[in-house]
Amino acid sequence: MNLSATHESNQDCIVLRAEGVWKSYDDGAITVLKGVNFEVARGQKVALCGPSGCGKSTLLHLFGGLDSPDRGHVSVNGSEVNRHRNLLRLLRHEVGFVFQLHNLIPDLTLKENCLIPTVAAGLDHHIAQARLQLLAERTGLTHRLGQRIQKLSGGERQRTALCRALMNKPKILLADEPTGSLDEQASGTVFELLLDMVATEGVTLVMATHDRGLAGRCDRLLEMHDGRIHEQISA
Amino acid sequence: MIFLKLIVTNLRRHRIRSFISIAGIAFSVAAMLTVVTILQGAIGMFSGILSSDSEMIVFERNVSDLFFSNVPQTAAEEMAKWPMVSHADPVLFGIVSSSDHPIITCFGVTASDARIRKATWIAGDKLSFAQHSDDVVLGERAAEFLNAKIDDHVPIGHGVFHVIGILKTANGFEDGGVFMPLASAQSFFHKEGVSSVITIKLRSKDDADTFKSMVKAKFGNLIGLEDAEFTRSYSQFRILKATAWAVGGCGLLLGGLGVANTMIMSVFTRIREIAILRVNGFSHVQIAAMIFGESAVVSLLGAVLGLLTGTCVLFALKLVPALHGYVDVTLQPLVMLIVILLAFLTGIAGALYPAAYAMRIRAVEALRFE
Repeated sequence: MNLSATHESNQDCIVLRAEGVWKSYDDGAITVLKGVNFEVARGQKVALCGPSGCGKSTLLHLFGGLDSPDRGHVSVNGSEVNRHRNLLRLLRHEVGFVFQLHNLIPDLTLKENCLIPTVAAGLDHHIAQARLQLLAERTGLTHRLGQRIQKLSGGERQRTALCRALMNKPKILLADEPTGSLDEQASGTVFELLLDMVATEGVTLVMATHDRGLAGRCDRLLEMHDGRIHEQISA
Repeated sequence: MIFLKLIVTNLRRHRIRSFISIAGIAFSVAAMLTVVTILQGAIGMFSGILSSDSEMIVFERNVSDLFFSNVPQTAAEEMAKWPMVSHADPVLFGIVSSSDHPIITCFGVTASDARIRKATWIAGDKLSFAQHSDDVVLGERAAEFLNAKIDDHVPIGHGVFHVIGILKTANGFEDGGVFMPLASAQSFFHKEGVSSVITIKLRSKDDADTFKSMVKAKFGNLIGLEDAEFTRSYSQFRILKATAWAVGGCGLLLGGLGVANTMIMSVFTRIREIAILRVNGFSHVQIAAMIFGESAVVSLLGAVLGLLTGTCVLFALKLVPALHGYVDVTLQPLVMLIVILLAFLTGIAGALYPAAYAMRIRAVEALRFE
């Protein structure tokens, strides 16, 4: 009885799950994921490490519903991804993305960029403003809200991207080399902030990174190689 | 608000391209408005001539143009005696030219015609009309461009006529026309014993059907129509209206292609940006709405600019001496509404393919490869 309850409890805690996931490109010429299986529990900070092209970004895209697996299943919060109705809900409310190249819209201000997800989700403007104010204070961007993206430093841009990703209070943050385009100092600052925000917001983090120093500070470090997760090391 | 900002930002980002699109729509709208308004005005003026103090018009059946219609004068005399007819006025239309003015409309009318009786005479006496065969009365504009005063002798066509009066009418054609006694006009245009039309004033409008039946029964080669019915069915008017809208439509089509080109370029140059919006939860519908929003802004700005330009062009044309009396610049609200609506729909049509393309953009590919 107790064992069953524990098992159900564990199942409830799993927010991301990949089961036998295969993914290839160029009509099967390049296979980047070869039967990947893994799970992430709620609130965990997971680092995906591995060489370029090993499938880290692809896995993140699959979890975010940006791409679909050739075989296998990907589910978020118990719902299989890539069913169209789930997809918008997933992107609007359940996952947030931070990319290496921040992917902000250059002609808009920091504030406007951050409000984009709230517009997509139809969030009340006043609530969105209050949320932005809170996140901007935490990331030290309050004084830069009216600035256009071109006028921000690399670190500020990535902090903006972090704010934007968290605007709709997602439960999962998918970060693809979030510090990859920053210098060492900015990289450290942004990563500290990322960990702090994740802890404060109670968000599950899955981060693809080459930086083993940063990866070592996560709860779990998964090593990807040749389209598979080879090692699973508790950090 | 952000949504609108995205739309405006995208247009501002390529100002020249956006301006060219707006200008394309504006010129199309201006062309359509100008052509349609001039022709509608001309049709309105011509209809006004026919319906002057009358409800019905009788003309030769199956003629393509009233200038070719020959209605025996005896028919007018007989119809005047019918009990439901208040008066029947034969009118002969003719076109002549004079030096510097290739087109002057001539009206051959009787002294009892409402055009003579009810007009405002600026100079001369209406009782003196039709006393002599070479007498003419000029519309005010005709007097201006012929530089004629009362008692002057003016060359019109291959004759010289004595000006016995100048009258002012609200109708541009009449104001720029020449009124001759019916007999003189018949002689001048070699149409003895006939008129182009008979305008009929009924004692009661309820008698219209009876009158039409009687015309059909007694004069098989003539047809009687109510004024509104005539305006709707007269083939020349229909051809003119169709031509005007077709010319304007072609202009708008070109404008629409301009919008399509702009929107296609707009989408192609920001595939990555659209992908970013998708990643942040924008639906296909929201992406399409953004593209349609941009084209709608372009179209509406173009339509407003086109209306202003078209109005200026119409007022400028009105000042051209050669067009005196022939251009009615009264802008009809319905025409303006239709033109704006067509411009808007053209813009939306121009954005169909770009919007469909934008909806198909796969975020993962756009983010990976750009």
